[in-house]
Amino acid sequence: MKVIDAKETYFKTLNDMVFDALETEDEVIIANVGGQRYIGTGMDAGKSIIVQGTPGNDMACYMNGGRITVKGNGQDAVGNTMNGGEIVIYGHSGDTVGYGMRDGRIFVQTNVGCRGGIHMKEFENCRPKIVIGGRAGAYLGEYMAGGVILLLGLNLKEGREVIGHYCATGMHGGVIYIRGEYSDDRISPGVAVLEPNEDDMKEISDLVRDYCKYFGSDYHEIMNERFTKLAPTSARPYKNLYARNEAFPLS
Amino acid sequence: MRYFTSEFLIERNKDRCINCGVCARQCSNEAHYIDLDTGEVKSDETKCVDCQRCVCLCPTNALMIIKNPNQTRDNANWSQQAIREVEMQASTGGILLSGMGTPKEYPVYWDKILLNASQVTNPSIDPLREPMETKTYLGAKPTQLEFDEEGNILTKLPPTVELDTPLMMSAMSFGSISLNAQKSLAMAAKECNTFFNTGEGGLHKELDQYADHAIVQVASGRFGVSKDYLNKGQIIEIKIGQGAKPGIGGHLPGEKVNVEVSQTRMIPEHSDAISPAPHHDIYSIEDLRQLIFSLKEVTRYKKPVAVKIAAVHNIAAIASGSVRAGADIIVIDGFRGGSGSTPTRLRDNVGIPIELALAAVDQRLRDESIRQNCSIVIAGSVRNSADVVKAIALGADACYIGSSALIAMGCHMCRTCMTGKCNWGIATQNPELTRRLNPEIQYKRVVNLLHAWNHEIQEMMGGMGINAIESLRGNRLMLRGIGLSEKELEILGIKHAGE
Ligand code: SF4
Ligand code: SF4
Repeated sequence: MKVIDAKETYFKTLNDMVFDALETEDEVIIANVGGQRYIGTGMDAGKSIIVQGTPGNDMACYMNGGRITVKGNGQDAVGNTMNGGEIVIYGHSGDTVGYGMRDGRIFVQTNVGCRGGIHMKEFENCRPKIVIGGRAGAYLGEYMAGGVILLLGLNLKEGREVIGHYCATGMHGGVIYIRGEYSDDRISPGVAVLEPNEDDMKEISDLVRDYCKYFGSDYHEIMNERFTKLAPTSARPYKNLYARNEAFPLS
Repeated sequence: MRYFTSEFLIERNKDRCINCGVCARQCSNEAHYIDLDTGEVKSDETKCVDCQRCVCLCPTNALMIIKNPNQTRDNANWSQQAIREVEMQASTGGILLSGMGTPKEYPVYWDKILLNASQVTNPSIDPLREPMETKTYLGAKPTQLEFDEEGNILTKLPPTVELDTPLMMSAMSFGSISLNAQKSLAMAAKECNTFFNTGEGGLHKELDQYADHAIVQVASGRFGVSKDYLNKGQIIEIKIGQGAKPGIGGHLPGEKVNVEVSQTRMIPEHSDAISPAPHHDIYSIEDLRQLIFSLKEVTRYKKPVAVKIAAVHNIAAIASGSVRAGADIIVIDGFRGGSGSTPTRLRDNVGIPIELALAAVDQRLRDESIRQNCSIVIAGSVRNSADVVKAIALGADACYIGSSALIAMGCHMCRTCMTGKCNWGIATQNPELTRRLNPEIQYKRVVNLLHAWNHEIQEMMGGMGINAIESLRGNRLMLRGIGLSEKELEILGIKHAGE
């Protein structure tokens, strides 16, 4: 284990230090993080970073494996195009958390900004998962092509909605689970609103269990609510939008 | 009822036809068939897209595809095509989709620019007997160099890549074209010591062996993008826009997402591969900088990062912003550029010609003293070596070729790539069709094309008395306009012929 002090360190210098340290160490603690970007970029399996403070944008982009724990809030694009591993954030996270993520898991204790899980996709054995303890901003799961988003809506302030507007716009794969009540008009008309089945409930309960393990919440209290499942109605949402010009269109 | 008839007629010379049925087997559009009663080969011309496959393969030269003389009444405003398109949309209610670059008659500035040659003074050079350098380096260049006492360079040099010729293969993804087609391009790139571009579809495992000659693309859908993929490529190209469809993303229909495409793009089989119009983490130049540096971080600052933008109205300012954001290479794709599938209206109406965009960008970067911070690569209908020489003299470091490389492999510009039925085995994933394109044969045709162009480039340079492509770069004195307005000359930064 190695401790690196990030105080007043330029992002590139810091990331060079972290990169070098991870060559020999399995765990690195970065103290006094104050907005440095790209921490844990492309990190491989078997490694672990503990971030103390507020990491900058694109934390854990292209992350391949291992684990990043943030004792603080994440900013934008946490886990951008992430391939594997786990991120646990003891706080909230900014916009586009898990953009284009392909595998791995992200746990955010409280809220996330807009476009969470945008264009997540699944593939063969890869199935990315994002668990959000609080609420999500607009366009949650936009263009979602696979994976799981679980939105718990814990500790919502009076009058706050668990989801923002245009939830699941352009969704053509994967599932979003929402705990508790929400306004129907926030869901994109292109998706199916379903009751979770047994398999879904198993998936939800496994994720909730881990959420409680990380953040110390009460499992039964969380599970003792209604969950809703959003799923795409088609893997080909724009199939009938086009006509083939310059070829005989009726053939 | 039918509102329109076929665009083409298939003429079969009965004296020559031996009813062998080759055409019926070759046409994926099923425009030829064998009449089971008579054994005769017949045609249904409504299905023909004029790809010339049957014509080229008919052993007795019995076939000819001609324009259907049956026309609506002549009308300079309501052309036949304009009428057909309205009828087509009335029948289908769909957004019109086309393949390839725009066929409309917009000015081609390459054809309105003439090259110089030496006479008497500064004598011309014969490339057959004298050395003639076309080697090109892409990436940021240092503004100054520092040396130690022994003459070693102390300055930390930015990463650059070396090409033997200023020509590279444009981005064409596996998915939009077949693996055999992409492989042919990769093999040609290797042989000519230049680069092919994966497009946004990831790098197929079979092409790993050509990774030393690969430009790997990162587009908004992030298909196939991983640490591994990024580190395999020699240049990483962020695709912001494409000349054939500026402002919109891509959409590979589920029927083209077979097992192989799904594995390379890392998405489920048969699901639509949708690339959103913007990168949703880029809303500003600062955000672009964030993506550029995330790519530099993950490749440990060892690879140049290119930003590809479509030539649009404010291209000079956008290019300048992109260079300031950290791009090592700016790729400008002109509006005549090709595409496997593009909404017709966008293809035919959005963007500006590459010649004007290039001249404007090069000038702007010079004016701002940041030209050395990046290389400029252009794309969007580079048809021959003269276009290349003119582009370099206007300020480009290198040119991407797309359609020309496809034509070298058999494409006949039928513009129906979006149907996925390409009879030449290029824009298709149908194994029956992709089989027709043998990389071992086709790559050589692409190599031939590149060699021929490179020789011609040397000839033209020699004629100007220039023996290194570096001396041609941005050398607009070698260019003169013909039949251009003052404004056009001003934007191109060249004089009129005779001046
Ligand atoms: S589509 Fe091509 S192969 Fe078919 S009939 Fe027309 S030219 Fe021949
Ligand atoms: S690639 Fe194929 S379908 Fe596309 S224009 Fe060329 S011949 Fe036609």
